Amino acid sequence: MAEIFTDTLWPWVLFIWPWIKIPVLIIVIIVPVLLSVAYLTYWERKIIGWMQYRKGPNVVGWLGLMQPFADGLKLFLKETIIPSGANPIIFLLSPMITFVLALIAWAVIPFDEGWVLADINVGILYLFAISSLGVYGVVMAGWASNSKYAFLGALRSAAQMVSYEVSMGFVIVTVLFLVGSLNLSDIVRAQSGGFWNWHMFGILAPMGVVFFVSTLAETNRSPFDLPEAEAELVAGYFVEYSSFPFAMFFLGEYANMILMAGMTSILFLGGWQAPIPALDVIPGIIWFGLKVAFVLFFFLWVRATFPRYRYDQLMRLGWKVFLPLSLAWVVLVAGIVEFTGA
Amino acid sequence: MSNITRAVWSFALWELLSGMSLTLRAMFRRKVTLNYPYEKGPLSPRFRGEHALRRYPNGEERCIACKLCEAVCPAQAITIEAEERADGSRRTTRYDIDMTKCIYCGYCQEACPVDAIVEGPNAEFATETREELFYNKQKLLLNGERWEAEIATNIALDAPYR
Repeated sequence: MAEIFTDTLWPWVLFIWPWIKIPVLIIVIIVPVLLSVAYLTYWERKIIGWMQYRKGPNVVGWLGLMQPFADGLKLFLKETIIPSGANPIIFLLSPMITFVLALIAWAVIPFDEGWVLADINVGILYLFAISSLGVYGVVMAGWASNSKYAFLGALRSAAQMVSYEVSMGFVIVTVLFLVGSLNLSDIVRAQSGGFWNWHMFGILAPMGVVFFVSTLAETNRSPFDLPEAEAELVAGYFVEYSSFPFAMFFLGEYANMILMAGMTSILFLGGWQAPIPALDVIPGIIWFGLKVAFVLFFFLWVRATFPRYRYDQLMRLGWKVFLPLSLAWVVLVAGIVEFTGA
Repeated sequence: MSNITRAVWSFALWELLSGMSLTLRAMFRRKVTLNYPYEKGPLSPRFRGEHALRRYPNGEERCIACKLCEAVCPAQAITIEAEERADGSRRTTRYDIDMTKCIYCGYCQEACPVDAIVEGPNAEFATETREELFYNKQKLLLNGERWEAEIATNIALDAPYR
């Protein structure tokens, strides 16, 4: 009996085990991410409300906590409108692309020491590739809508995302020089031992600021949300979308925000590391969550504070300020690494 | 400021940080939101809300069908038809206001020589169908009965300023 098990069944168990383990891990990651997306919309309205002397949503459920679900239900129950001039396949495909791309990036995010779905050695390149692919969802949505407004919005969004990716890339290169690894867990480990070792408080501090501002532009967030300026343009590339495809764009955009906050925490705020070594007793996942929440608060805070950029100002900031600055810092950090051997 | 100091301040993100500190302080200030259906702000006695046709204390309707309100109405929302009543007085047989056309300018109550048509303090008369907003004489008289106390107080309060 035991022989039958070891000879014939055990290989099958080994074969099937990943098919059970990986979907479970994916669900364990995706469900909290989607819940955070729901409550990010709640906190966005709440915090911007507070900053404008308002109370924010407080009617649906206790303190308005059921508001995201009420909004989601409303979107579910609406009709999916496909414009007669649109290309229906691409039209429906592009929100899925945006949504899926926002979720698969989470595969390489280390939530704690060893808590990572795919601990690949090119994690940061993978993240960068996935966030670049996000442009395709935008361009396809704008093109397939067959509407001049959606098309212009898509062009602007795409131009903006591509421009800021350049300086983001150089910022990441400076981090790579210091750490010497593309593995996200290694990048976090390199910042262990207290907040004074975090990249945000060292030679890379200006790059941290550049990176954060670039993520604002990359996720089309205020003050760089001019392609979808809700006050004057209604929306950008997703004007023609309604109901669930719209909800998928929305979820994708907010999941991207959380992802970018996670990237900022990993690259510059020490990921799962406690700010002082004495606080290491608190699990790393809590520190990581707190740091992501802190960066997200900055996203909302910035939105409540600054007026929208004009298109030429946006391009000037990206190409004439951030790009030279990050290039100079690449040279500087490379020089330091070369001559100190750090 | 020289260019150098200006560059230093702008690289320190000084203006951005001072702006952000303002919004951060605002976050902890007292909130001014009125919890609307449960809390309401004060209304002026001159508030121009839902229309009402008033009656005299003896129950006689005030409107004498002079049609001044119909003439003055800039949105042409009022329609009046008049006939002689059995006792020989001139009265309306029809007094309609299309509340979807009305712009709530208050000219009708200014034009009225007998304070018959007034805009009362009620602003919560939303309906689910458009047809419900085509008010007829019966509805307007009913409004008059319902809001007479508030309307009379408001007219008395505003009287010294007219």
